[in-house]
Amino acid sequence: MVISLFAFAACSSTGETDDAASDSQSTSAGSSATSSTGSSSGRLSQEEIRAQNALRQTVFYFDFDVAEFKTEDRDTLTFHARDLAANPNKRVRLEGHADERGTREYNLALGERRANGILNYLIVNGASRSQIEVVSYGEERPAQSGQAESAYGRNRRVEIVAR
Amino acid sequence: MMNRALVLILLCASFSAQAELSIQITQGVDNPIPISVVPFAWEGAGVLSENVSQIVINDLQQVGEFRALSPGNMLSLPNEENEVFYRDWRVLAQDYLLVGKITRATGSQLVQVQYEFFDVNRELKLAGEVLTGSVTQLRDIGHQISNVVFELVTGTRGAFTTQILYIVSEEVGGQTVFRLEKADYDGQRAQVLLESNEPIMSPSWSPNGQDIAYVSFETSLPRIYTQNIATGQRRQITNYPNINSSPVWSPDGNRLAMVLSKDGSPDIYVQDLLSNELIRVTDHPAIDTEPSWSRDGSAIVFMSDRTGQPQIYQMEVGASSFNVERLTYDCFQCMKGQFLPDGVNMVHVRRETRQDPNYQIAILNVETLRVITLTDTSLDESPSVAPNGSMIMYATKFAGRGVLDAVSIDGRVKFRLPSSQGDVREPSWSPFFN
Repeated sequence: MVISLFAFAACSSTGETDDAASDSQSTSAGSSATSSTGSSSGRLSQEEIRAQNALRQTVFYFDFDVAEFKTEDRDTLTFHARDLAANPNKRVRLEGHADERGTREYNLALGERRANGILNYLIVNGASRSQIEVVSYGEERPAQSGQAESAYGRNRRVEIVAR
Repeated sequence: MMNRALVLILLCASFSAQAELSIQITQGVDNPIPISVVPFAWEGAGVLSENVSQIVINDLQQVGEFRALSPGNMLSLPNEENEVFYRDWRVLAQDYLLVGKITRATGSQLVQVQYEFFDVNRELKLAGEVLTGSVTQLRDIGHQISNVVFELVTGTRGAFTTQILYIVSEEVGGQTVFRLEKADYDGQRAQVLLESNEPIMSPSWSPNGQDIAYVSFETSLPRIYTQNIATGQRRQITNYPNINSSPVWSPDGNRLAMVLSKDGSPDIYVQDLLSNELIRVTDHPAIDTEPSWSRDGSAIVFMSDRTGQPQIYQMEVGASSFNVERLTYDCFQCMKGQFLPDGVNMVHVRRETRQDPNYQIAILNVETLRVITLTDTSLDESPSVAPNGSMIMYATKFAGRGVLDAVSIDGRVKFRLPSSQGDVREPSWSPFFN
């Protein structure tokens, strides 16, 4: 599976914009995208703007009992990986979390499994292992308290934290 | 069989430090043993800080087997044997009678508690003793008397002088504060053993009750520490990459079972506390966690999701990693397995089906495969067995907050520990201290 994700990433770096999450930004920057391939002109390329937007997303949510990140987060994580590859001195921490259902020790392990999924994706896409620290908090640091499904959904997450 | 009517010892405000009465017996037995505990006379000056006879009443009622007669309904109030008339207690259908008095020990600051315990029907004195201690030890003396009464009536050693560890998390000024606390088994006399802005998890006792182990994130990573109760001296036991968690002392006190994910995925390891030698017990790419020891220390029960969902397994320490015995089958998730002192019945956390989102405390007899579910709430976890095997304390949610409940191993009796604020969880019941 990792191999296929890598192929997707390579393709995405040269392909068209189809990322719904950055639609509004790509519209506003549309004119610059055709005239520039880099930041040397003083204006950002469409790709760079997409990257900037992607890097602003640092929290990734997971479905119940699922350790794999969501397909729609792949592009965003690819930008994070490229950002780390382009900035070898940059260090981040992947903090894995679970909701409160199930036992605490199992949730600690689940949080690590989720964070490791993202760790492997970042490495395959160019980040160096030494740039990334992984820690799981299990269910010990919920983003939102309460027993509602909405709270549980916000608590099943991996956060990319700059160090 | 179950008395569904809730018996609340006290409903009025429990804001004072003397919060002992705020314990709730949420479910008791149908025919509790009638016992009369006459208020102990105090033959000194001033007012004592502790009500010894009330402590005994709370202990005995809390475990559900006893019902104490209100002093207002007593026909006489004896404090020693020569004042006891069995007829007074027989007409009130009392089976047992406890009387006592407290005096100042001559020429010292100590007090003496004299108690006597009678079988009303056989008109027989079963026990009598004078216990000496400081005023601050009156609560301990009360629990000691409860132990004597409980064992004489039930044949089971009382656990009223045991303690518990647990974790509290609380929002303070927009930040979460984590505390490791120790208290009497009934939640009284809580003491903070460690406070941190980072999570603390998995407290456990050494077999002699003198040391504890736990996981602290104080370095920003989960690491295992031990701490001596008396001196407070701490020792960092592990500093392996990734998860270091779930420390559990071996029955001989020389080794710690633990979970490490340094080699990729969480596996069970055993570290010798003297030589620091580390033995790998499980070796599987799935999650293996929640170790607990067999009584003789030769095997470890653990949870693994190697078949896709958490189930409970057992293997000998040092055996080939292929030599694993699966213990649970008929549940969607079975977790946190731990044998009762009988070595046959295993307490665990159980989610029956994928559709049923409830996590409950249950006991599986591994020989008959019979399962008894003990709780009926939905987020029950972290079961910890009293050293006499009579009760299981566990964490659950009540009104959105973490609280500690206890249930008897036959499921008949339940009580809830008082907690003032914050989220309370991960109870760990101490061994006997002597």
